[in-house]
Amino acid sequence: MHVPDGYLSPATCAALYAGAAPFWFVALRRLERTLHTRLVPRVSLFAAFSFVVMMFNIPLPGGTTGHAVGMALAAIVLGPAGAILAISTALIIQAFFFGDGGITAIGANCFNMAIVGSLVAFVVYRVLAGRAPLDSPRRVVAAGLAGYVAINAAALVTAIEFGLQPLLFLDASGAPLYCPYPLSVAVPAMMIGHLTIAGIAELVLTGGVVAFLQRTDPALLAATAGRGVMAIAGNSAAASGGLRPLWITLGVLLVLTPLGLLAGGAAWGEWQASDFSDAASRQAIAAASLGQPPPATPPRGLERFSSTWTAPLPDYAPPFLRSAPVGYALSAMFGAGLVILAITGIAALLRVRQRAGTADDTVRL
Amino acid sequence: MSGNVRPRGGFAERTVNGLLEAMERAMLAETNAAGTGWLQRLDPRVKLAGLLSLVTAVAMSHRAEVIAALFGVGIAIAIASRLPLSTLLSGVSLATVAFSSALALPAIFLTPGRTVGTAPVVGWTITAQGLTTAGYLVLRVAATTTLGFLLVFSTRWAHVLKALRAFRVPVVFVVILGMTYRYILLLLEAARDMFDARRSRTVGPLTGGERRRLVTQGAGVLLAKSLHLSGEVFLAMQARGFRGEVYLLDDFVMARTDWIALASCAGVALAAMWAGR
Repeated sequence: MHVPDGYLSPATCAALYAGAAPFWFVALRRLERTLHTRLVPRVSLFAAFSFVVMMFNIPLPGGTTGHAVGMALAAIVLGPAGAILAISTALIIQAFFFGDGGITAIGANCFNMAIVGSLVAFVVYRVLAGRAPLDSPRRVVAAGLAGYVAINAAALVTAIEFGLQPLLFLDASGAPLYCPYPLSVAVPAMMIGHLTIAGIAELVLTGGVVAFLQRTDPALLAATAGRGVMAIAGNSAAASGGLRPLWITLGVLLVLTPLGLLAGGAAWGEWQASDFSDAASRQAIAAASLGQPPPATPPRGLERFSSTWTAPLPDYAPPFLRSAPVGYALSAMFGAGLVILAITGIAALLRVRQRAGTADDTVRL
Repeated sequence: MSGNVRPRGGFAERTVNGLLEAMERAMLAETNAAGTGWLQRLDPRVKLAGLLSLVTAVAMSHRAEVIAALFGVGIAIAIASRLPLSTLLSGVSLATVAFSSALALPAIFLTPGRTVGTAPVVGWTITAQGLTTAGYLVLRVAATTTLGFLLVFSTRWAHVLKALRAFRVPVVFVVILGMTYRYILLLLEAARDMFDARRSRTVGPLTGGERRRLVTQGAGVLLAKSLHLSGEVFLAMQARGFRGEVYLLDDFVMARTDWIALASCAGVALAAMWAGR
């Protein structure tokens, strides 16, 4: 999982540093607000723990052993902000000091494991654990599954980064400059190992440690148990001031969307039925498919279902606009707006349900 | 903590061995950093900037011979700095390169391109592009790993961290990195003692479930110990007047040799970027 130097292009590494930076910034700000002077020792000690626990050989069913990252454990005990900083710190020291993961790939490794892994683990744990008591077996299952899903999500993101390299970075002879494996090889190669050995190692470690903490020190699980007992992680997303950099990043990305118009041809696999009869399109499909020629006729399923639904903004170009860049940006704003609207709606519904639950508890008391 | 090779055993032995190796690596780095070689005499900021520029040049180069030349530069610097080349190559670079070679091997057959031969027995097609891409991968990994370890094996960790301030890394993050490193050594020792103690009291083989429980309980104890320790460290910091503001003593001074070394590294990196474009 630790990406070494040389597997990702400098452009990819730079993009992933840039992608990780706002998360580091927000996590640091949030922890400074909630932990104050305790920030330095708390994050340092947990990062040291994460580093050491990554070296544990975990016995797995079948007689083999595997290593875990501990991202879900960090997210459960410290919350997502603490986990992002602690795991990032451990990864930086691993890269600099032990050569485990490249120096140019620190941003990528932190993005994949510390950010994607911790956030996925936190969401899965919160959703599956629900409002179960701290000592409930449900929390052990939720923790184990959070670890399993988180490490696989991180592995998938890593595999996608690998798989994009031969599509984007070739030398003059057509040889891939960095990771040589396309998505069709990189994704299964990464996922087989993580869905089996690494995922189970993460599941065993996270579930096992949470079960142990339930018996010995359940207070350590209270911070992220919902209706926070300890405000370590600043779980409330209501601190919108801390989200400002993310909003700014989103705005910048929206403005930059017309850059997509610079990319020639269609994305791999996003072909239309008519592309199979057009000579130029057929050539483009073959070039993008490692020389594999497309079938002579469009696949029957594609032909049948392609007309089932007509998008309101086809090809990101609203029919009432003549300027392609403006149409592209408008489509991005419309899409992002819909996503934000849906998430706001779901969050409002969850708040209503939570309030109803709190009212029930009060009546019972 | 001798450098002898220990016999590989069960999961507990492997864990203890891994922890010991990490501690040995830390000790070795500190010992080498105190040497009198060329790199050890340079300002840590110069080493960090210079070696990172060479790593960047390796990453940006599109020509295998340029990457190989930068690898050679790394080896030459190691020799000039009297760093243990055998440790660097056998213990560090070779392990990483062997892993990358194993990963790169299928690319020789899977990468489409001009056929240059077939593999004996299996008859798989070898392509020129496949050989080139495998070469890129292995050379890049060898060069960057060697350059990265030159920094670590020639600079005390505290100085690497202090040098990070020159790159505008937030001071709080630098302090977290420093404190983490210090407590990694402490927790490594605690974990090793824990596994050793348990191993000395274990007679006969353990079942799979028992072994898993042993590891997860060990991790749980270590976690509780870490958080407890963080509370104690915080109280100790408060007792010494810590109020959240962090200051570092930036006492590095650039000498003439530092400027020459910085210019040389930057020159080599720029030349490599130009030649490998």
